Amino acid sequence: MMSNPTGRVTQGQFSFLADLSDAEISLQVEYGLRRGYAWSVEYSDDPHPRNTYWEMFGMPMFDLRDAAGVLLELDRCRKSFPRHYIRLMAFDSTRGIESIAMSFIVNRPPSEPGFSLVRQESSGRTLRYTVHSYATDAPEGQRADD
Amino acid sequence: MPEIASPLYKIPGEPAASGDMLAHGDAPQLLSSGATTVGEVLAQTQAGAVMDELEGDLIGLAPVKSRIRDIAALLVIDRLRMNLGFQAQAPSLHMCFTGNPGTGKTTVALRMAAILHRLGYVRKGHLVAVTRDDLVGQYIGHTAPKTREVLRRAMGGVLFIDEAYYLYRPENERDYGQEAIEILLQVMENQRDDLVVILAGYEDRMKTFFRSNPGMSSRIAHHLEFPDYSAGELVQIAERMLQQQNYSFGPAARQAFEQYLGFRLLQPNFSNARSVRNALDRARLRQASRLFADSERSLTREELSTLEESDIRASRVFQIAQAQSKS
Repeated sequence: MMSNPTGRVTQGQFSFLADLSDAEISLQVEYGLRRGYAWSVEYSDDPHPRNTYWEMFGMPMFDLRDAAGVLLELDRCRKSFPRHYIRLMAFDSTRGIESIAMSFIVNRPPSEPGFSLVRQESSGRTLRYTVHSYATDAPEGQRADD
Repeated sequence: MPEIASPLYKIPGEPAASGDMLAHGDAPQLLSSGATTVGEVLAQTQAGAVMDELEGDLIGLAPVKSRIRDIAALLVIDRLRMNLGFQAQAPSLHMCFTGNPGTGKTTVALRMAAILHRLGYVRKGHLVAVTRDDLVGQYIGHTAPKTREVLRRAMGGVLFIDEAYYLYRPENERDYGQEAIEILLQVMENQRDDLVVILAGYEDRMKTFFRSNPGMSSRIAHHLEFPDYSAGELVQIAERMLQQQNYSFGPAARQAFEQYLGFRLLQPNFSNARSVRNALDRARLRQASRLFADSERSLTREELSTLEESDIRASRVFQIAQAQSKS
């Protein structure tokens, strides 16, 4: 984004920080498990700060007790999609909340081309602005292998 | 995957209980303490308490107890070695329990999770008990996700596979059990620090199972055989069971039960502690109907909690034994 000169997608928690190591990821997962969240793994090759609908990698994992289980799944996802964005999400099933409580990116493609600003001329002298990701210029499925 | 040896930073809102420390690997156990004698380490860990408890709670099972004692001893010695700067690698703890029905395989497995947790070998100490149905799917592509889900749930604890020999069905070459075994093997090898797998089953069938899956046999470090109980041990078990349910043997009832066991051991399908439990359950039923017959009398505490000799003697086993001795 414009406020983010590195061109990295900023979405969810920790996305302005340096990438988390596996040990740090386990600690976050452990924290979520202690609060009773169900973790799930999602991936995407369509970076956009407001694209919240990613592909699910397997079902959300209920009844886990230890972060090693989530990392097992994450490793499988990394093996299948090494150059995709991958994120972990924690679902809080408490009645009345029933939504995502934590979400952070754990895998990014080696290079992130960033975003351009697109201007659309509208009626009169109105200009509409939107953000376009260079990464999505290639068709879906071919974005990963640059 | 890197070890979660120590927290990199404090997580806000985190309770500072001791269970929380255990949640982060075996950190409390591995912290250097400067101890140089076994006694000092024993005082710092729960290894001693675990060994004592095991001795007191389980009757018989000498080979099992001695193996657990060895594992606990290794923990203590590893601690001492670590204080001197030697490398300590977590031992492989996958186990296989074989033995006749009712010799306590499942009971010990349930305890093993708690024991290994207290010794610091597993992080969470929960037990996930599964059978073939939970691991093997019904169609192509169903098995792997099912097995992996079970493995994920068991991470940080103990995975107990009861009747493990059912996993492999040699008579059906398109059986999906083999796929489950392969995934299991892979995780057993790569994630030794994260989970302990315990297989259980009857001895002869487990032997066949291992013969057709040599990889499985070699990845299991501890093959424990559960011996049959002696008659004396069975009586002790019976008394322990009654005590737990707030019952006791009346005068001469204990002797009658010993006699009962003597006859029962000679009959087919005797399954050790399980048969004892069933016999006691039937004696309780007979006691109940004996007391039930007397509808007017007010029953005392003693009467309600005592199994009389007649409750035991009414068993069918005595009649069969009598008939056999006559013929």
